[in-house]
Amino acid sequence: MNSPDDGKGRPSPARPSLFLERQGYRRRRLADAARLLPFLGAALLALPLLWPDESESESAEALSLSSAMFYIFACWGILILISVVFGIAARRMAARENAEPGAESWRR
Amino acid sequence: MSRKVLLIEDEPNITEAIRFLLTREGWQVETHAEGTDAVQVILSAQPDLVILDVMLPGKSGMDVLRDLREHEEMKALPVLMLTARGQSRDREMAEQAGVSRFMTKPFSNAEVLTAVRDLHAQASQS
Amino acid sequence: MATLNVLILVCLGYVVLLFGVAFAADRVAARGGGKWLRSPLIYTLSLSIYCTAWTFYGAVGNAARSGLEFVTIYLGPTLVMISWWWGLRKLVRIGRSQRVTSIADLISSRYGKSNTLAVCVTILAVLGGTPYIALQLQSITLSFSIFAEADPTGLYREGSSVFWVAAGLAVFAILFGTRNLDANERHHGVVTAIALESVVKLFALLAVGIFVVWGVAGGLGPMMDQIDASEIGQWHVDAGRWTTFIFLSAAAFVCLPRMFQVMVVENDDEGHLRTAAWAFPLYLLLMSLFVVPIAVVGLDLMPEGSNPDLFVLTVPLSLGNDWLAMLSFIGGFSSATSMVIVTAMALSTMVSNHLVMPIWLNTQEGTASVSGDVRTIVLMARRVSIAVIMALGYFYYSLSGGGAALASIGLVAFAGISQILPALVGGLFWRGATRTGALVGLSVGFFLWIYTLLLPGMEGGIIPASVIENGPFGWGWLRPQALFGIEGIDPMVHTVMWSLSLNTIAFCVASMLSFPSPLERLQGAQFVNVFDHSVSARGWTGSVAQSEDLMIMTQRILGTIPAQEFFQAEAERQNGRPGRLPEPTPQFLERLERELSGSVGAATAHAMIGQIVGGASVSVEDLLAVADESAQMLEYSSQLEAKSAELSRTARQLREANAKLTQVSKQKDAFLSQVSHELRTPMTSIRAFSEILRDAEGLSAEEQTRYAAIIHDESLRLTRLLDDLLDLSVLESGQVSLNMDDATLNEVLDRAVSSALAGSDRKIGVRRVRANERIPLYTDLDRLGQVFINLISNAQKYCDADEPVLTISAHDVGGQMVIDFIDNGSGIPTEAQSLVFEKFARVGSDKAGGAGLGLAICREIMQRLGGEVAYLPGHAGAAFRVSLPLAYRQAAQ
Repeated sequence: MNSPDDGKGRPSPARPSLFLERQGYRRRRLADAARLLPFLGAALLALPLLWPDESESESAEALSLSSAMFYIFACWGILILISVVFGIAARRMAARENAEPGAESWRR
Repeated sequence: MSRKVLLIEDEPNITEAIRFLLTREGWQVETHAEGTDAVQVILSAQPDLVILDVMLPGKSGMDVLRDLREHEEMKALPVLMLTARGQSRDREMAEQAGVSRFMTKPFSNAEVLTAVRDLHAQASQS
Repeated sequence: MATLNVLILVCLGYVVLLFGVAFAADRVAARGGGKWLRSPLIYTLSLSIYCTAWTFYGAVGNAARSGLEFVTIYLGPTLVMISWWWGLRKLVRIGRSQRVTSIADLISSRYGKSNTLAVCVTILAVLGGTPYIALQLQSITLSFSIFAEADPTGLYREGSSVFWVAAGLAVFAILFGTRNLDANERHHGVVTAIALESVVKLFALLAVGIFVVWGVAGGLGPMMDQIDASEIGQWHVDAGRWTTFIFLSAAAFVCLPRMFQVMVVENDDEGHLRTAAWAFPLYLLLMSLFVVPIAVVGLDLMPEGSNPDLFVLTVPLSLGNDWLAMLSFIGGFSSATSMVIVTAMALSTMVSNHLVMPIWLNTQEGTASVSGDVRTIVLMARRVSIAVIMALGYFYYSLSGGGAALASIGLVAFAGISQILPALVGGLFWRGATRTGALVGLSVGFFLWIYTLLLPGMEGGIIPASVIENGPFGWGWLRPQALFGIEGIDPMVHTVMWSLSLNTIAFCVASMLSFPSPLERLQGAQFVNVFDHSVSARGWTGSVAQSEDLMIMTQRILGTIPAQEFFQAEAERQNGRPGRLPEPTPQFLERLERELSGSVGAATAHAMIGQIVGGASVSVEDLLAVADESAQMLEYSSQLEAKSAELSRTARQLREANAKLTQVSKQKDAFLSQVSHELRTPMTSIRAFSEILRDAEGLSAEEQTRYAAIIHDESLRLTRLLDDLLDLSVLESGQVSLNMDDATLNEVLDRAVSSALAGSDRKIGVRRVRANERIPLYTDLDRLGQVFINLISNAQKYCDADEPVLTISAHDVGGQMVIDFIDNGSGIPTEAQSLVFEKFARVGSDKAGGAGLGLAICREIMQRLGGEVAYLPGHAGAAFRVSLPLAYRQAAQ
């Protein structure tokens, strides 16, 4: 007659599950952000296509190459920085996951 | 010299008719109405002749005859078989079982008497 | 001025250093040490083989020609890296869990281990890779020649130097790339060496850049001014090329065999991707940071017509900075060598696994599976492949003469290898992708790439100029560089657009139209749902683990007891140890597979055993997925089966009808025989006694009376029999007409009891509860009464009790009127109960009754009246139950 113990007798299962739920929620949002990052990058890198081109009109002020370089490298840097932040967050998540081996199971 | 006939027939009226006929001819008539123990009855009664109905309660006359012929001393016993079904297949089966004479109901009294006389005469000669 | 000799010495020294590093790293790894060898840093640096000599030298050349366009080649990989979470992570996870050895292996594995696909990918990779290797050789030669021009001693001979470079690289790749076979034991030596080379090339380029900006231009501000003032100083980028190249470089970054090698095959830890996701873009950013300044300064300093591809080298050289030039040379050398080594390794794996080994195994006709030297054969095949690939590169270089601009060959190779992309991405994310789809898509893309880019681009014209201008056979819409009449697009953009879009469309359509094999579907599920079951890749450490897993799987499929018996028998057969698990020998596996295929089919059994023995685990979900899809197939074939079942059902019905007819005919015979018997018996008595009365003399008066009475009785019996037969025949034929009338049950019973008992000398006692019998009836009262009379007179005839009593009780049971007739006799024996309603059935030897048709007639009557009569078992005496639906009663109300 130990079946009732299996379900209810465990010490306070409610609180860790809440904790896991929140952690899982955070992790999902983090994954969402990670999925969006390449789209942000693509958008930023497609922006130069809208710039005035020297060949299109001689009179219009074509963008100088130094400014263009500045823009592109700045975008690049921003993407790298976001990626760093995400990498650190993901590492923390992974560390926590390893500490609690059961955490993987509820995800599915 | 008393001649004994054993009549195995389940229809009481027919039994009565045959008994009447054969008694008048000087036969000692014993009757039996069951198929199941018919062979034992024949063995113990030691009749000179047996009249056997086919449709008997418990055991068919065919089986009774077949079992009877298993016994060595009964191989030559004259058996007159009576049947009410009258199909040719029955006649064949009866002949295979070792019948001496086969008659289909209804029969005339003269036929029965002739058959009994013939069978008895044959048995006495041999 | 550095002499060529010094340069060669430095080169040799550098190569020796690389050998040393690779050797040391291999030894450290073999001893199980060297945690840093498996660090994310090394992983990131090894990824930088993406930056070949083409990028090292060519990026500056490209910038000098087209401004910022060169940066697209770096932006594509950057986008891929920052989307690692849903892209590379999956690729790496699959690569590890499936023990993939190359991109060709991955594609083939995904599509049901199809070797045809693997061969296609391999050919594509070799075709794209060979010019690329030639390009690296060319860059080394060109850089040599720069120094040779400056060296008055002039001992330099171009051809021989290329040969020795190629030979040296081949030796390096063979030594460190083919030491071991298992893809799990990674090439730490090579990876560490190329990581070192990455540092060297980055350092060299940064050094040149810093020298140019601060040493030549005089600081950041002046540099910017100089850039804006230069001939490339204004933003000018072709939109089509910009987006196409970003996309193309992203695709190539994933598909290039060498990138796949370092990114997936050599990956030690999936977590390294987290670091590489930002570190590798950073590396790329640093690599491209000074490209434009170097180009601008080069354009400014160098004489008109000098090769901008070599500015990295010639600018420091012209400014007299020999050591910087030397460093730059080493940087370029590093780029070239690391790329060549890894490419040769990756391609050789593909060639040996998918081209050489299948052919070799075929020629061996099965003996190979027995002999133990397959391992050495594979290694030998790889070594030879490396040599052949290097030789191909060398010949390509010698034949082409190295005229074309560096960047264009690189892009052509990119466009070629990117044709794998639809099959790869589709395979990772779409379970419906099939082998046929992958083959068709790949072929379409491959063909278009050759037709629109590779052939027209070849100097000397394999395609005649007329074809390029007017299309084949004068069909304008098939012009290689203006398909479907769309002109004016950059050839590169044109090729990428058409080949990849048609490739994708062909892939999708063919996938949807074709149907995958079970193995394909299993692999598809494993790939697409890789995160659902492989928490982390793990190898099967020992053979016992395999046996255990095989046991578990077998139990699931065969059931516990048969599986245990099978394994025990096997263990006994192996070495008489029935208590332990058997070793997974080939013979055992073969037997097991045969055993399993009896349950799940050959292909699935093969796949399942392969999965376990091959090292990856199959989750139950995957098997279920396959089972689901098999069920759909079954459904289709079950429709066919249903039709054939219908046919056999019809046949069976015919057989049954025939059997029934035969039975009916037999029954008819039996019936006639019975009727004959029942007629002949009374006739016999009648004839016999009438003859007696006629012939016999001296009969007493009693005898005469008695015999006449017998004749009379038997005549009555005959009449009754004929009546019954006629009655039954009318009832059975359904031609009976019912005289429906109103009455109550007790009236009918009263009449029946009195007529049944009339004229009988030994009356049976009848017990009734009249209060219950006030049930109104609307039925054929005479017929119902006939049934009652029959039952009562039967009881009267057959009840063998000393004081016979018949109890008649009527009640209402579940909407039916039920009348039970139970007597206190000994009843009917159980075995006879089922027979009493049959015609001529008589229980016991009592001849008192009629012909045995009474109950049969009762049954027929009750059927006509809508009710039934049945024997009621479980009572001491004979018990019959007559039931009639109440609906018949209600109809009267």
